[in-house]
Amino acid sequence: MDLNIAGSRLDVTEDGYLTDLSQWNKEIAKEIAKENNIELTDKHWEVLNWIQEQVKSDVALSIRGIKKSGIIDIKEFYNLFPGGPLKISTKIAGVPKPKSCI
Amino acid sequence: MSTKVRKMLFILSKATIENAYAAFIMANGARMEGIESEIFFTFFGLEVIQKKKLAHLHVATVGNPAMHIPTMLGGLPGMEAMATKMMKKEMEKLDMPPIGEFLEILSDSGCKLWGCKLAVDMFHLEREDLIDELDGILTIGDFYNRADEEGCQLLFI
Repeated sequence: MDLNIAGSRLDVTEDGYLTDLSQWNKEIAKEIAKENNIELTDKHWEVLNWIQEQVKSDVALSIRGIKKSGIIDIKEFYNLFPGGPLKISTKIAGVPKPKSCI
Repeated sequence: MSTKVRKMLFILSKATIENAYAAFIMANGARMEGIESEIFFTFFGLEVIQKKKLAHLHVATVGNPAMHIPTMLGGLPGMEAMATKMMKKEMEKLDMPPIGEFLEILSDSGCKLWGCKLAVDMFHLEREDLIDELDGILTIGDFYNRADEEGCQLLFI
């Protein structure tokens, strides 16, 4: 599927996840965040960076991983990305939707 | 996101490790999907939120055909402990948190944890016997009141 966000033509999955992280940039992140009613703060960027690092290092994302991340606790994570934090944060970060059930 | 299921209420009445994890994974999964979730621990389910017991839950090896252990053997001393150890090892491989840590995760994720008043009285438990994360002790009437809203589902485990 193709999608136009922030002036770029992007390859995305059916539920709107970027399939190629190299197409991602900060403007795109801001647009996707806005669609999810999120205004990105410094803390959001810190989490998004961390998520991208994990994915680049082939580490599977999970809520337990967030707890151990050392940059954010679970409560704050839910506050920053309300309504499904891992699902929404990965979409904004331009990485695949996590497959883990935990 | 709009969804028809807005809230999941789980009733955990058993203390076997497989039942506890079934409730925990579904309750956590609900929160991860933006769905509210709560767990009501009743009867033997109370063992899962007792500070002294939660780290020592077992798999049921007797009367559980899916274990593929003959019932007579399943009853031998040490069988439950061995099966439990094996299962915990497999869970660790999948990065599944142990019970205590999972309860913390659920609480931090906004999943409400409730003890059943009748069962607490029956087992002569005090509030301090139960985990600090517990949101309170409810009667069944209190619990139904929490279910009284549109898009709420109840699940007995």
